[in-house]
Amino acid sequence: MARVIAGSECWPFTGGASEFEVEGATVRDLIASLDARFPGLGAFVDKRMAFAIDGEIHQDAWFSPIRPDSEVCLIPKIGGG
Amino acid sequence: MSETLDKPAAKAPLTIVGTRPIRPDGADKVTGRAAFGADFHMPGQLVGRVLRSPHAHARIVSIDTSKAKALPGVKAIVTAADFPDLASEMVEGSEASSDIRDLSLNVMARHKVLYHGHAVAAVAAVSGDIAEEALARIKVTYEVLPHVTDVEEAMAPGAPLLHDHLFTEGLEARPAQASNIARKHRFVRGDLAEGFAAADVVVERRYDTKATHQGYIEPHACVAAWGEDGRCDVWCSSQGQFTIRSYCAKVLGLETSDIRVTPAEIGGGFGGKTTVYLEPLALALSRASGHPVKMVMSREEVFRATGPTSGGVIEVKLGAKKDGTIVAAEVELKFQAGAFPGSPVGTAAMTALACYDIPNFSIVGWDVVTNTPKTAAYRAPGAPISAFGVESAVDELAQKLGLDAIAIREKNAVRDGTKASYGPTFQNIAYVDTLKVIKDSAHWNTPLGPNQGRGFAVGFWFNVGGESTAAVHIGEDGSAVVVTGNPDIGGSRASMAMMAAETLGLPIEKVRPMIADTNAIGYSMLTGGSRVTFATGMAVVQAAEKVVADLRGRAAKLWDVAADQVVWQGGQAVCLDPAKADKKPLTIEALAAQSARTGGPISAQAAINAQGPGPGFAAHLCDVEVDPETGVVSVLRYTASQDVGKAIHPSYVEGQVQGGVAQGVGWALNEEYVFDADGRMENAGFLDYRMPVASDLPMLDAILVETAPNPRHPFGAKGVGEVPIVPPLAAVANAVSAAIGVRMPNLPLSPPKVLAALDAKAG
Repeated sequence: MARVIAGSECWPFTGGASEFEVEGATVRDLIASLDARFPGLGAFVDKRMAFAIDGEIHQDAWFSPIRPDSEVCLIPKIGGG
Repeated sequence: MSETLDKPAAKAPLTIVGTRPIRPDGADKVTGRAAFGADFHMPGQLVGRVLRSPHAHARIVSIDTSKAKALPGVKAIVTAADFPDLASEMVEGSEASSDIRDLSLNVMARHKVLYHGHAVAAVAAVSGDIAEEALARIKVTYEVLPHVTDVEEAMAPGAPLLHDHLFTEGLEARPAQASNIARKHRFVRGDLAEGFAAADVVVERRYDTKATHQGYIEPHACVAAWGEDGRCDVWCSSQGQFTIRSYCAKVLGLETSDIRVTPAEIGGGFGGKTTVYLEPLALALSRASGHPVKMVMSREEVFRATGPTSGGVIEVKLGAKKDGTIVAAEVELKFQAGAFPGSPVGTAAMTALACYDIPNFSIVGWDVVTNTPKTAAYRAPGAPISAFGVESAVDELAQKLGLDAIAIREKNAVRDGTKASYGPTFQNIAYVDTLKVIKDSAHWNTPLGPNQGRGFAVGFWFNVGGESTAAVHIGEDGSAVVVTGNPDIGGSRASMAMMAAETLGLPIEKVRPMIADTNAIGYSMLTGGSRVTFATGMAVVQAAEKVVADLRGRAAKLWDVAADQVVWQGGQAVCLDPAKADKKPLTIEALAAQSARTGGPISAQAAINAQGPGPGFAAHLCDVEVDPETGVVSVLRYTASQDVGKAIHPSYVEGQVQGGVAQGVGWALNEEYVFDADGRMENAGFLDYRMPVASDLPMLDAILVETAPNPRHPFGAKGVGEVPIVPPLAAVANAVSAAIGVRMPNLPLSPPKVLAALDAKAG
């Protein structure tokens, strides 16, 4: 299972948990798993967060692959100038 | 002087990428042929002007346009009543989402004005003089309200409230009362108290910066034409024609397919042209008048009504062991968002400690609305402000510990495998190399003279990928056109053409880049976030690779061999089949000449959502001299190193570095929004808002570090346009502090402020 690291934005959904493991072979699968475990978190992260998969930022990319031993860090979506 | 720290390439040497060809837009720009936003004209066009609020905060009681409408030559007047009253909705119009209601209310005030300069009505007339006269005849009755422009005053209990519906997000519980604090951001790790308890040395200080403008030379400008069939055209200067289309459609309640936006040449944007101000007004005026409408902002309007970046307060506390290991950091950021939520405090918080491996930290950021223009993105939004505080504090910490400025950063540097302060684990970064090249530079090892000081600072920016479309068309003579949907604000035409030429095997002179309107190319996110050479470049390469595959396939058919028996080498198809050894290679010209007989036009498109942009790091070294009699600071020497992955066109990358430094020097030394007691900006012009010009700066030396190519990009490119503006505020301030022997925590370091510090020191 992927190891998920969730920042403070996610804590209202996770009850303060910042690291946990969930299933998901793709970002979309992971979103579904997050929502099943923490209701509401899936929709929240889908709209507001980017996924740093093994250090590489993926944004709005449902089908980016996730390995079973991946680290997936949920971070706010990044803009720029 | 510029130099490159390079690692030998593993692949075959590149022939075009990494060289410095003449820019494809150069002739147009030096001859004046390039058409910028204000250069477009249409037959029968009217002139549009905007009536702006004289108050920083007021309720709009009534607007009477009758006398203005009666003026001969006035063809249309619009107010908020001519736009749909939108509900709050986050839209994905650019790299980050925006609330379309706030966007609409910023374009045209409804019920309340929230800053001096806020639009309340717009007029279209047959001439500018008549439009101005009409503005003077519009009677707006205001109920003036108390205002607040300072971020900490806006946060205080009892402050004038901008929005009754604004309740702070990000708190553990929803607050009972509305406030000006839109959001709290928080990043934490470890045990802060334990970290500081273990520290041998602690530094703590409050810093502040003022709102500064992106300062693009070209003001906002557009022409809009509303067709009788409801289909509209907009010609304008922006950082993204698709973003303009999306926002105009939302603000006016149209389908995106009803609007075609044609990008003009852009005279600077730096993040400030990622939203709409005039375009929906021009469209509404065109709809009402039946004529095309042209609108061009004055410089004063640009300052008063378009996004600066935030002024901010940065409080930093650092704790370290005697050997320089930083064991605890506490950072609090308070940022002006302007009239609507959405300051860059979130990214400021995420980047604040990104160069450091610190076990215990807390970073808190507050997004605060104020009666000032709504902030817009500005190059690495927020990062220069938090870096100013953190890098100044690290400088002070190094002095207390007796370490040099580079040594303390090497000691605490993030490397591959380090968990970044904002969460992910870094991979393929060359931050330590950016430090090394500065330490090895002649600049670092050159002694200083009297009244001179040297400052050092580092910076980080994420960079962005995202959606891009590109098309490559081969002409019948074998030349190529590369079409993308991204305005060229930093040399992307050149890099697109170079990457296509490298892939196709064509000389660069045979590849022409062009930027298409929204009906002529697929969706592309705007030009910003340091994304275009990375993301759109990937689309270009993929489109070119499809063309190459097509050409190989055609050659295989002509030779009657399997496709895998044809390779593409040096711009021509080469047959590998030993049975066909007599077949001479087919050039792209030869294949293009036979395109009709071999399958039709040779053309391909790629539409992608690029991921994995790869972060950028920068290390800057600055020497200044302070005139003790006047307090004037002169930048004597500046060297900037940067982790660039692979520079596609090194001259352009150096230009990005130099441009970011120049803007950062201005931010550090002179630039600031000055508000009077009524909340009116007092210096809304380039005479009083002092930006550096070429004569203010020495040659800015750029060192491009190419030791960590981005594995996601076909040539290893990382974004380069934003991180150069992150370190200069602190690098300059640290240099001034060193020169005068007084820590300078409040920007800008204008002569009166420096002189006051010198006087205070002298007692």
